[in-house]
Amino acid sequence: MSAICEQVDAALAGSRPALARLLSIAERSGPELLEIEDRISARVGNALVVGVTGPPGAGKSTLINALLPHALKDFDGVGVLAVDPSSPFSDGAILGDRVRMQGGEYGSSVFIRSMASRGELGGLARAASTAMRLMDACGWSLIIIETLGIGQVELDVMNLADTTLVVLNPGWGDTIQANKAGLTEAGDVFVINKADKPGADVTRTDLLESLSLLNREPPPPVCQSTASTGDGVAELWTALRDHQDYLEQSGQLDSARAHKQQLLVRRTITHQLTHEVERLMDSDLATSMLDQSTLGQLDLRQTVDRLLRELARPRG
Amino acid sequence: MAKTGLDGHWRGPTIVARALRDAGFEVIMIGMANTDDIVRAAVDEDVDLVGLNVGGHIDVAIRAVNSVQEARPEVPIFAGGTVPPRSVKMLQDLGVEVYPPGSQLADIVDAAQRLTATR
Repeated sequence: MSAICEQVDAALAGSRPALARLLSIAERSGPELLEIEDRISARVGNALVVGVTGPPGAGKSTLINALLPHALKDFDGVGVLAVDPSSPFSDGAILGDRVRMQGGEYGSSVFIRSMASRGELGGLARAASTAMRLMDACGWSLIIIETLGIGQVELDVMNLADTTLVVLNPGWGDTIQANKAGLTEAGDVFVINKADKPGADVTRTDLLESLSLLNREPPPPVCQSTASTGDGVAELWTALRDHQDYLEQSGQLDSARAHKQQLLVRRTITHQLTHEVERLMDSDLATSMLDQSTLGQLDLRQTVDRLLRELARPRG
Repeated sequence: MAKTGLDGHWRGPTIVARALRDAGFEVIMIGMANTDDIVRAAVDEDVDLVGLNVGGHIDVAIRAVNSVQEARPEVPIFAGGTVPPRSVKMLQDLGVEVYPPGSQLADIVDAAQRLTATR
């Protein structure tokens, strides 16, 4: 048995260090990634997944921290995957979500993992979907995925989560903002966090009005919370549970997951191809062609056609 | 990157974390943390290096060092903060590299790169 398979089996048997190690291996997104996926595939699909997204500083981490005690009444184990941005300059990152949620008081029933986005543009990390399925396979029955602070369209999380929670703040924007594409279409549940600040009611009204035009059934609830004091967090948890119940009772959970499975295949192929392209571009052939095109000896079409042919060539 | 004991100071660990970020490290900040928090983060995050900002009583930092070394014996630890010479010696005796006030950021980054080079 390969080292990876042994590691996976240890993680499936409940070893936290093994799970932690596998998450690092998944982050490197090398060939081991598909080996991990193969080994866990039969064990995946039991966890409910909540995605938490919203602008930087909206209070996503603090809110998750405040949701944990409520979640642990309904689930015996909660896994949290918290994504923060990598620097486009240095590739480094400062991952600060653990400052808001240590999870220590819950002992072994909470597993928190930070992950840097490493150039992904959809608000998550490339390894997020494998990480989610690893936690799922290892028996974490509720998985919360926190995106990095997003703008309007970095919404990959909705393709992983069963329920997407969008966190906004008072003064976030007027009805025009609320009507724009992206964020308001992606949420299954909304919350105006920091609701003790002025303007929470106006923001809520604007958002409700905009959401009502989407004609979604059921209409997404708009909650209010102050995560730092815990106000409104119990009600928010109830709203999240209601959405999950609705998904299960309406049969939408299965159809949504089938759709997400298809997206996963697409994404995996894209990632593998990207990997191949990066390798090709590091090759001697590509380097010399890039030099020639810089010197004007090859035009763009010739360079691209030649390199694409190389990519399609079967490797022996 | 953790602060041991009742340490309210953020400047030191923040400056070091930013220098490490600029050198390409992914730095997981956990802020003020007790020994259990530090060990849990070191295990669950599968870290390559632990950085401690030593605040409060040195006994607290030493307890954290012992516990991390027990849980992740292969992971190096380095430390900074306003550490008196006698405490520096105690940490060094445990295999911890110590960068007291006056240390250069470049030296700290070099140390992080050297300590993680084989990992």
